[in-house]
Amino acid sequence: MSEGIYLDNNATTMVAPEVVEAMLPFFTEQFGNPSSMHQFGDKVGRALKKARKQVQALLGAEYDSEIVFTSCGTESDSTAILSALKAQPERKEIITTVVEHPAVLSLCEYLEKDGYTVHYLKVDNKGRLDMQGYQRLLSDKVAIVSVMWANNETGTLFPVEEMAELARAAGVTFHTDAVQAVGKVPIDLKDSGIDMLSLSGHKLHAPKGVGVLYLRRGVRFRPLLRGGHQERGRRAGTENATSIIGLGKACEMAQEAMEFEKTFVRSMRDRLEQGILAQVPHCFVTGDPGNRLPNTANIAFEYIEGEAILLLLNKLGIAASSGSACTSGSLEPSHVMRAMDIPYTAAHGSVRFSLSRYNTMEEVERVIEAVPPIVEQLRKLSPYWGDGGPVEDPEKAFAPTYA
Amino acid sequence: MWDYSEKVKEHFFEPRNAGAVEEANAIGEVGSLSCGDALRLTLKVDTETDTILDAGFQTFGCGSAIASSSALTEIIKGMHVEEALKVSNQDIADYLDGLPPEKMHCSVMGREALQAAVANYRGEEWSDDHEEGALVCKCFAVDEVLIEETIRANGLHTVEEVTNYTKAGGGCSACHEGIEDILMRVLAEQGEAFDPNAVAAEIKKPSSGLTNLQRIKRIEELLEEIRPNLQRDHGDVELVEVDGKYIYVKMTGACSGCQMAATTLGGIQQHLAEGLGEFIQVLPAEELARRAQMGA
Repeated sequence: MSEGIYLDNNATTMVAPEVVEAMLPFFTEQFGNPSSMHQFGDKVGRALKKARKQVQALLGAEYDSEIVFTSCGTESDSTAILSALKAQPERKEIITTVVEHPAVLSLCEYLEKDGYTVHYLKVDNKGRLDMQGYQRLLSDKVAIVSVMWANNETGTLFPVEEMAELARAAGVTFHTDAVQAVGKVPIDLKDSGIDMLSLSGHKLHAPKGVGVLYLRRGVRFRPLLRGGHQERGRRAGTENATSIIGLGKACEMAQEAMEFEKTFVRSMRDRLEQGILAQVPHCFVTGDPGNRLPNTANIAFEYIEGEAILLLLNKLGIAASSGSACTSGSLEPSHVMRAMDIPYTAAHGSVRFSLSRYNTMEEVERVIEAVPPIVEQLRKLSPYWGDGGPVEDPEKAFAPTYA
Repeated sequence: MWDYSEKVKEHFFEPRNAGAVEEANAIGEVGSLSCGDALRLTLKVDTETDTILDAGFQTFGCGSAIASSSALTEIIKGMHVEEALKVSNQDIADYLDGLPPEKMHCSVMGREALQAAVANYRGEEWSDDHEEGALVCKCFAVDEVLIEETIRANGLHTVEEVTNYTKAGGGCSACHEGIEDILMRVLAEQGEAFDPNAVAAEIKKPSSGLTNLQRIKRIEELLEEIRPNLQRDHGDVELVEVDGKYIYVKMTGACSGCQMAATTLGGIQQHLAEGLGEFIQVLPAEELARRAQMGA
């Protein structure tokens, strides 16, 4: 790994060297169009077939033809939701959650303008869904349920397999955005009620610009892009062959590393979290620590702001991300933090550390050393912080004019 | 990653005047917790001379909020209170060699803290006079609230009109969908429907009563006035063409290709509009070539 400590793997991951190696020939001598009749195309066509099998194996899909390659997770999400609406025009409702990725949320908000009704399932202060509320909403008016498998900010897992069964029983199509879960938790689609699933290559050590929509055989489907016969007419456009081949290799590697994720990556994450919590007062883990991805730790540092923390970490070569408003240029802290009712003074100070199998325990120890002085330094500047602790009744002691 | 200037980084990593001033007799607390920016400014003012002897800040906020606070305290130390009140948010941003458009509100917060502190010193009540909305136009840093209020106040109906009144949408045009959404919402409140094909109301003819030649000369004069600012940053501006309300300029030197070029153009446009007393639009010279090609 290059210089610095990279703990932002939920944003994107390093392309594995083996993946790069698998891709290289397809930039040069293997340049054929997989649709072509001649030998140039045939070799690439065979490589795509292998990649499809590799993805199928990681997802536990019954058929390899259930794998549709797309350009990214967002395209897969859009394709899934819009297809369900198009194929069932009489159904005008969508069920999703308040903590989805913008790939789903922005689309849903846009669809509301077109007259669709969107039900946003709420979460409690640990980010857990209200399952009874969900069951009450399932009806023959609902075109699709779209619920993420794992939350990108907190790593909290949703019971999507159970939810898919309930949807199936009610005759409703079920889609899951699993871009954070694939490769980190075991998935076996053939024995589930999940109809559609989105994944993104660059979250599991494949390159950016390639994704997959898993589409269960028999699910009614309307393509987003029409044109050529690529992907059996379900996603027209010449294949991004090189990246698809890279994604295949990455899936094969993810399957081999699954046990490692569950044990070693988890132990690094736990050590990081405990190390920081033990040294820094007034900080806490957000989300549901008992039920989350093995690689994600989201810690809210009270009375300071996340972007400032990231800039100081970055100065030491440590990469993480934050749910503060400033990091994204918006006026509100992360919708995930708000949904869990995390107070503003903590939500803006939330920092996500997301690990991968390429991190080491030594790196974790260095981060544990780096964080406390940074927090202390920023708290010294904070109007909420007094001598060695928060001022008494902080939100009253400092109440700025326009709030 | 934000495109922060070296000066912003310097003031963030090594903030000046951090902490509360002892025996402060002027305190200003402003900010918005939901936005994640809040600032307490403490000043020690000499009650005989009204001179600011010392200034300190405590900030809950991002890199540029901390840097803006630090810059503000440096600027106003030693100033007379009246002089300090003239410090604008642009002065704070300039002191830091500019701020990204999304972060200009950090400098606004600095100026407001100063006003609040001075009001506090004088025993007056200070109230904030603006509300901030989500940023819509990134080229000219125009937010939703300003667009909404301008539409209501002036009875606007088209994106082009919004651009003429607020500059929003006058740059890359990526925010036109967002502006249409706002128009749709505000017009619906008034019981009207947004019509994408509506023609912008005719802009009043230049009311300055100048001949074309006089007008161009006036534009040159106005450009002369701001030239020193650009040259200080090793840039410059050249007047290329005047076509009714469209004024085409070429940014040269360090200004050409500068990331802040759009913001700079916005500043030039404001200066020219004020100087001429009419609505005009300042466009880069490349736009002239593009429009000629399109036959527009």
